[in-house]
Amino acid sequence: MEWETVIGLEIHAQLATRSKIFSGSATAYGAEPNTQANLVDLGYPGVLPVLNGEAVRMAVRFGLAIGARIAPHSVFARKNYFYPDLPKGYQISQYELPVVAQGSLDVVLDDGTRKRVGITRAHLEEDAGKSLHEGMPGMSGIDLNRAGTPLIEIVSEPDMRSAKEAVAYMKKVHTLVRYLDICDGNMQEGSFRCDANVSVRPKGSDKFGTRAEIKNLNSFRFVEKAINYEVERQIELLESGGKVVQETRLYDPDKGETRSMRSKEEANDYRYFPDPDLLPLVIDDAFVATIKASLPELPDEKAARFVRDYGLSEYDAGVLTASRELGAFYEDVVRRVGRDPKLCANWVMGDLAAFLNKDNLEINDSKVDAEALAGLVTRIVDATISGKIAKDVFEAMWASGESADAIIEQKGLRQITDTGAIEQAIDEVMAKNPGQLADYRSGKDKLFGFFVGQVMKATGGKANPAQLNDLLRKKLSG
Amino acid sequence: MSAPAPTVAALARGLAEGAFSSVELTRAYLERIAAAQPSLNAFITVTGESALKAAAEADAARAAGRAGRLTGVPIGHKDIFCTEGVLTTCGSKMLGNFVSPYDATIVSGLRAAGTVMLGKLNMDEFAMGSSNETSHFGPVRNPWDTQMVPGGSSGGSAASVAARIVPAATATDTGGSIRQPAALCGVTGIKPTYGRCSRYGMIAFASSLDQAGLITVSAEDAALLLGPMSGFDPRDSTSVDSPVPDYTATLGDSLQGLTIGLVREFFDKGLDAACEQRIRDAIAVYEKLGAKVREVSCPNLPLSVPTYYVVAPAECSSNLARFDGVRFGHRCDSPKNLLDLYCRSRGEGFGAEVKRRIMTGTYVLSAGYYDAYYLKAQRVRQLISADFARAFKECDLLFGPTTPTPAFRIGAKCDDPITMYLNDIYTIGANLAGLPGMSIPCGFVDGLPIGLQIVGPHFSEARMLNVAHRYQQETDWHLKTPSAFA
Repeated sequence: MEWETVIGLEIHAQLATRSKIFSGSATAYGAEPNTQANLVDLGYPGVLPVLNGEAVRMAVRFGLAIGARIAPHSVFARKNYFYPDLPKGYQISQYELPVVAQGSLDVVLDDGTRKRVGITRAHLEEDAGKSLHEGMPGMSGIDLNRAGTPLIEIVSEPDMRSAKEAVAYMKKVHTLVRYLDICDGNMQEGSFRCDANVSVRPKGSDKFGTRAEIKNLNSFRFVEKAINYEVERQIELLESGGKVVQETRLYDPDKGETRSMRSKEEANDYRYFPDPDLLPLVIDDAFVATIKASLPELPDEKAARFVRDYGLSEYDAGVLTASRELGAFYEDVVRRVGRDPKLCANWVMGDLAAFLNKDNLEINDSKVDAEALAGLVTRIVDATISGKIAKDVFEAMWASGESADAIIEQKGLRQITDTGAIEQAIDEVMAKNPGQLADYRSGKDKLFGFFVGQVMKATGGKANPAQLNDLLRKKLSG
Repeated sequence: MSAPAPTVAALARGLAEGAFSSVELTRAYLERIAAAQPSLNAFITVTGESALKAAAEADAARAAGRAGRLTGVPIGHKDIFCTEGVLTTCGSKMLGNFVSPYDATIVSGLRAAGTVMLGKLNMDEFAMGSSNETSHFGPVRNPWDTQMVPGGSSGGSAASVAARIVPAATATDTGGSIRQPAALCGVTGIKPTYGRCSRYGMIAFASSLDQAGLITVSAEDAALLLGPMSGFDPRDSTSVDSPVPDYTATLGDSLQGLTIGLVREFFDKGLDAACEQRIRDAIAVYEKLGAKVREVSCPNLPLSVPTYYVVAPAECSSNLARFDGVRFGHRCDSPKNLLDLYCRSRGEGFGAEVKRRIMTGTYVLSAGYYDAYYLKAQRVRQLISADFARAFKECDLLFGPTTPTPAFRIGAKCDDPITMYLNDIYTIGANLAGLPGMSIPCGFVDGLPIGLQIVGPHFSEARMLNVAHRYQQETDWHLKTPSAFA
């Protein structure tokens, strides 16, 4: 039987507010345990939550960016369960009335097709603390620094049909939250993570299969691997006559497998109810309009503009807009060079990207900045050096931090455009190779390339290729 | 200073005139507290040392010309309010060791106004009770008859003001916990509008109903103390940002043209006939003062007790989840694992009534029951609020009894929670609707005090205090003192 995979993601993005969602504690990552937890975060008797307006603004930014409805009236609810890293015994979240509802995102898949993924809702909630089990035999430690960090939980429709689609969607959300400056996107620190709901069904069926929820995936690679493992597990189970049970599963990256955490029967009854300590969140049109006016150009808009204004392919535009910083870098180069945006794109996506990758650097930490790269591209455009020589120049720039002009000067890489010098080199080559010359003149046109190579060799690759072609053709034909 | 203390207003005058110092006054009250503690058990913690220190500071401030009108006046705080560096138990074994690291907003407000804290007053455990019998620290006794309950949950506050061992006390009211004990102890109690006083630092029972207030000898005293504990608090999202008037400024206003609504549903068959007569007598006094009286109806009010006993336990089941033995409060000895830590810490730390309400609340919020109980209760709550709103179109204030009967015997209702819950039948409505309510002494039945309840529209505290004050100028029920504490 042929099977179809159905995937929905719940992405948790930590909002980049300075203080927590319901208290004034700092949210910075990596502080000594419990140094960023005040009485509110610790759930002390008598304390009360006060909503951080910045978290609301960020959620609304996200909602607007995915074309969603911003709820004029949403409600914070308590999700009740006991756990040591949940100080109050409940998590403040949103349940029946989330702040953002009914949006969507378009993702471009590897084969260039475009796919729309529905976003059911996005709601505000607080993160829990962390339980620490290592290095404390017979005990567990609790670190509440993270408790109360604002999260936006982004719940997709079950619209994805493969692990690759799920990853493409997750990357798109990742790009978007960073564009919007609402999340640092740091997956290693847990700022951006997801739960994947995975099921399979016979191809053509319109009913969903029973799903398993894989919790807490914090890298794109794990998302892809965990989903693929889970899909295979479910198909094997079904094909051998078994049944998928609704349950929560954990992905073990070391073993590359998912395993059961708890079944539906063991699931908590969270006893959601509106939090009486917080008033309903009321958002008016003016508030939304102000935020709308402050939105940056979003990735899809920017990519469309790159196609339109710079004549780039959709693929190239997509790559160059994957982060706001990369797009800005590219446009900076284009602006400085002043022409040939396609050549600029090739350099940013080609050599620059390769060197960044090799040194594991982000674009903003590039050893060749936009000004320097523009200097190099300008020398190609104005025929000071050839594209081939430029690759060597770039490598030298990367290593030394010097400008293209300095390196061209030092190494004498300037192209030879003096007609006399090129003619002299051609004459010498012709004199050295009388046999080939005779063959060429008797009709072996293919030998033209041989002569080009010889002259280039003689000039150290610096002869201007166009001039060389012209002059050589004239001389060879006698 | 060993004679029955007069009112806060009189003490403030005495301090201002130099008739006595705050240290003398505080010492006198500490002596009265010590003498009464064996018979009343009104205090959980007496903070004698810090009280005398604060009193000395108050005297110094006065000497330096920096005294306000409450500087140096001693008061007691219900043990539900967090007080920095002082044991704050909420009447529970669960918090039997809890020294709060911070002050509740109303505590700091009253301190800033110059009051001196004498100690922390006994109460029903987590404010759950109507008789002060659920306290882990033992029942408080009614100063009018120590075989009787003082009411609850602010039993310690009411009994101590009645016995004049404190001039005034803070209290809280979730379903009647200020007004009912005030009535049963023959003192004045005011529960302000929901949102008038910050709840920050007041240990939560049912967050949508809890409100801080006062138990005092007189309405004038309540007017003096209410200002410093009112107003917007940025740490409480449910506190209301509206200006706080000087409640004393309008105390003497005329009652000509006042329309009093008698709520038909308050005069039901459960109301003791002799109690009803005292209420009618009080209303007659108001008529003499120029008020008009008419009957109004709040037809959904009889549903307030069942509604309350869904909403309040639901909220409490969640509010009390933080008492898990992990970060503060009672922790069981050598827990075997996490579940054991939770089960034994909570099993040992909470008393029977608290457990009953946590279980009730957990049930009504459970999947499959939420709609039938919690959601329906919230709808009824809307209906009750609408009833009040309609009634206030026909009258300025609502009058009725505070309780159906005078104080009952200690132990009499312990085995029957429903009968116990019915003691709050007249008071719960105001909490469900967020309205301010008062109880003022209006006479005695069989030697036990009776309270007249006044319920007003939102933020009508000034008018209610004015109306109570005018009555207290015509009568002296509020000045009666139990003979054992005279």
